[in-house]
This record gives sequence, structure tokens and C-alpha cells, in this order.
Amino acid sequence: MAKQTKEFAVEAKGLVKVFGDNRAVDGVDLQVPTGTIYGVLGPNGAGKTTTISMLATLLKPDAGTAKIFGHDVQKEAQIVRQLIGVTGQYASVDETLSATENLVIFGRLLGLSSAEANQKAAELLEEFGLTKAAKRPLKNFSGGMRRRLDLAASLIAQPPLIFLDEPTTGLDPRTRAQMWATIRRLVDTGSTVLLTTQYLDEADQLADRIAVIDSGKVVAEGTPNELKKSVGTASLQIRLRDESQQAKAAKIIADTLKAKVNRSPEAAELTAPMADADKVTDLLIALRAANIRLDEMSVQKPTLDEVFMALTGHGADDKKSQKSTEENGNE
Amino acid sequence: MSSTATIVPGAKRELKNHLSFRTSVSNSLVMAYRGLLKIRRTPEQLFDVTIQPILFTLMFTYLFGGAISGDVASYLPIIIPGILVQTVITTSVVTGVQLREDMDKGVFDRFKSLPIARISPLAGALLADTVRYTIATVLTLTMGYLMGYRPEAGLGGVALGGLLVVFCAWAISWIFAFFGVIARTASSVQGISLIILFPLTFLSNAFVPTHTLPDWLRWFADINPVSHLVTAVRELADHGTIGGDVAWTLLGAVVIVAVMAPLTVRAYMRKA
Repeated sequence: MAKQTKEFAVEAKGLVKVFGDNRAVDGVDLQVPTGTIYGVLGPNGAGKTTTISMLATLLKPDAGTAKIFGHDVQKEAQIVRQLIGVTGQYASVDETLSATENLVIFGRLLGLSSAEANQKAAELLEEFGLTKAAKRPLKNFSGGMRRRLDLAASLIAQPPLIFLDEPTTGLDPRTRAQMWATIRRLVDTGSTVLLTTQYLDEADQLADRIAVIDSGKVVAEGTPNELKKSVGTASLQIRLRDESQQAKAAKIIADTLKAKVNRSPEAAELTAPMADADKVTDLLIALRAANIRLDEMSVQKPTLDEVFMALTGHGADDKKSQKSTEENGNE
Repeated sequence: MSSTATIVPGAKRELKNHLSFRTSVSNSLVMAYRGLLKIRRTPEQLFDVTIQPILFTLMFTYLFGGAISGDVASYLPIIIPGILVQTVITTSVVTGVQLREDMDKGVFDRFKSLPIARISPLAGALLADTVRYTIATVLTLTMGYLMGYRPEAGLGGVALGGLLVVFCAWAISWIFAFFGVIARTASSVQGISLIILFPLTFLSNAFVPTHTLPDWLRWFADINPVSHLVTAVRELADHGTIGGDVAWTLLGAVVIVAVMAPLTVRAYMRKA
């Protein structure tokens, strides 16, 4: 039993946090296997940040327990703090100081000597591409630079577990891709990462397992694929150049994709669920053979809204999340 | 990722759940260093400790000198220690205000998540601010010197008096730090603190000899801790003697820290 506990970087049972009469977190269970990226997915106000705050010893849970590598977050808070790095939703670095000064101060606080702290700061700034801006005050930093510095600050102690609270919210696509690459490298070096996000594609791209959280409760848990299957598939949208071909096109789509086709009121548009992307190749060939010409084609992935509609809409959810927790326990 | 290439697994680390006293001191000193860097980066924060001593010392001395002591020169031994105490203690309010502003920023969240002494962000900020008190002290005394203030005990006595004031301002700043931690906005910290400080510094022997006051007011002015501090500074500067007032003042300062520091740290941790 004890051995199994240590295999999990995070093990939370029935976490509850109440603010006034708002149950911000209402019985969250999480099990994060060591060495993985674990995504906590949910909309604003779902309780993601509150959950992380409790796991990172910043907030006291009102009920439930949480263990980090087997150490209780309440009884062994100082030990837990030595095992974690936290990067918040808003950059938690000192605005008035320079990047180097920030990192050196955090290094000194963690017990490094002056020389060690300076060397570590230089290494991390180099690694995160901030060397040129190292001496400038942070007031002039862009959002992406701040976020990178924030993450660098969390890595000074080389913690085996890193909490990232919405690491890419508000970043431009290029900076987001850089952040993703950094997170992947972290896990390659042996860290465990727990990240929260509002973006389905981010969780999909990065996470080994995902917990979907809504109104303070975990409504589904599993691998990205399991989750996507439970949510529904992407849909293919096609607009025809010639409206009169709609019926013919609809039949071809239905036959090739083996799915029900929706005709939009605008008549020239057709939508069909796309379970197997490979079949779209066949479909396009068939449309060309029938001499049907397209104006536009696009794939609509399930949005987070749809995920939540699907997950909170029908009653099978509770069973589903229970089942995947069991699977997890058997591993 | 060379620097993170060898992360020791969480389960294999040897860790302790409490911090040594040495770590707490070292954490606090690093935090004080942070405070000093911030002062250096934003020198406009020093306006109050540079302008106020110069302005107030000039103003009060020439305004009240003739009326209270007959002439400015004989008023100086009364007013300089008085204005020194008043100015430096008022400066310590800013400590609480800045702490409130600082705590609203994300960096305090990081401090809470680090394995450091809980008291260190507070102790460090308060320690760094003694630099501000020292600046105010030196400027006030320099102004006094320029106006002709030449106390008997010479530089040594005055320096001891200055040190005592800086130490007391540091002790009192724990009270304002407490307000800083529990208040919701920086301006409310300033408001509460000044309402307490105004009567405390003015209803004392800082500007006038207390025998001129009505009985009830003299009773208050005589037990007012600010009066004891002012008297202590006058004794040190004028005679170089360490009398009862010095002892009472030091005792008072230690009691304030012993009571307010734990209260402040507890409030700070609860506010997490």
C-alpha cells in the first residue's frame, strides 16, 4: 500500500474548499502518476486554481486529504514545499526587479550561495531565451517573457512536481508552442507536471491523462482519447459551389462516411460527424468523381462548450469517471 | 534542459518538515536585500523620508520657537528630538502601506509556496525599511545642526539617540505591518494608522513642555510612550546618560515586537 502511494506524485481524496456559500471545490479526487503530464480541464470558475492552491499548500482544504509523493499537504507542508514548483495564472515575480535579480533572490531563499544562485540564474535565463533582457526591469517585459521567467523561477530547486496554472492563457500561438515544448522537456527530465487549462486542444496535445472539472467536481477522467470518445467526434463541414447538387452530395457523404448528414438552412452547406479522418480522402475522391465542386471545407473540433454540454448533459458521467478511476487503480 | 537533466525523484529525497532558526534568519536577510533592491529601483519612494524631515524641521522650529522658548536657539533642544521621533515614527506607517501593496502582487504567492520561513517576507520588508528611518534620522539631525543645534553630549549621544529612534520605529512598524496584513486596501492602512499616530505624536512632549497643558491632557502626555521616547533622546543628546526613559522605551519596543510579530505572522498565514 505504502509503495503504491509513492508511485503517485499527487493523490487527493475528497478535497473541499468553501468560500462563503460557494463550494468552489466540492469533493475533488485526483491521482497523478509520477513522470506524467496531467491536465485539469475546466472553464473559468470551475475550481481549478483553488484545487492547485490546496495541493501547493497555499490554501487549507475544508475537507479531504491530499498527498504529494506520499507527504500530507497539511501535516508536512514544509516537505511538500520542497517538492513542488508553482507557476500561477498571473506571473508571480517581482515587477520592480530585473529578471536576474528575481531569480537570484529565489535561489538565495532556497539556500543556494550567492555564486550558485547567480550561476543558476544565468543558466535558466539562457535556457528560456531571456539572457538579453536579463538586466531590464520586468515592467518592460511582454506577457510571454513574464510567463517564461515565472516558469524559470519555479525550476530553480529542480522540483520533481510542477504545478502550472493556465500556463498559456493569453499567450500568442508562437509563445504557446514554445511553452508546450518547454513543458514536454520538463517531463523528459523526470518531472511530473500538473497543469490546468481552459483549452481542450492544449490538454489534448500535452496531457497523458485529463480530469475534466466543473462546478468544483471532477465530471470525467481519463486519457485524451477516452475523453474525446465520450464527448463526441469532430464534424466535417462542406459548402458546395452549386446549391442544386446538395441532395446528391448528401447521399455521397452519407454513403462514404457512414454517418447522418445535416443540411443547413442555407442549403449549400452540409455537416457530418467525422469519426475516421481517413475516410475523408475517399469522400473527396468520390465528390470529384461525381463532379461536385466545393466552395469551402472545414473540420470543426468539439469545443469545450460541447464537452461540458456532453459531460454534464447525460447521466452516464458519474459511472464513466468512476470506471476510469478504477482502471487507474489497477495499473 | 541541461540544468534540469537530473531531477531527483520525489520519493528518494530526504526532507525535514521544519526550518532551523538559522534558515529563518538567512531567509529574512535575503528578503531584506530584496527590499533594498526595490528601494534602489524606485527612489521616488524615498520622497517622504527626505522632504518631510527638512520641511517639518524648518517649519516647526521657526513657527513655534519664539512662542514656546522665547527664541529659536533655545527651542532647538526641545524640538529636534521631538520632531525626530515624530517624523521617523510617521515614516513607519509607510511600511504597512507598502506591505499591503506588495502582498497584492503575485510574488507573495510564490513566497508562500517556497520552503522558507513564514516570517521572512515580513521581517525582511521591515528590516529593509530601517534604511528609510536612518535616512530620515540623519536628515533631521543635519537640519538641526545647520540651524544651530549643538547638544552637550556631542555626536556620540546624538547617534545613540538616533539609533534608539530607528529601533523604536522598527518595533512600531510591526503594528502597521499588522494593519497592512489584515486591511483590504493600502489607503485604508494609511487611514487607520494616521488616526492612531496623529494624537499619539502630537499629544506628547515632542513640541511643547507638558507643564503648559491642562491637567487631563498632561496626564495623557506624561504616560504617552512617545513622550518617553522623546525624553530618552533628549537625555542621551543633552547629558549622554542612559536613564529610566531609555529603559522604559526599550522595554516597550520589545513588548510591541513580542506581541505584534506573532500576531502579524499568524494573520499573514491565515490570509493565504
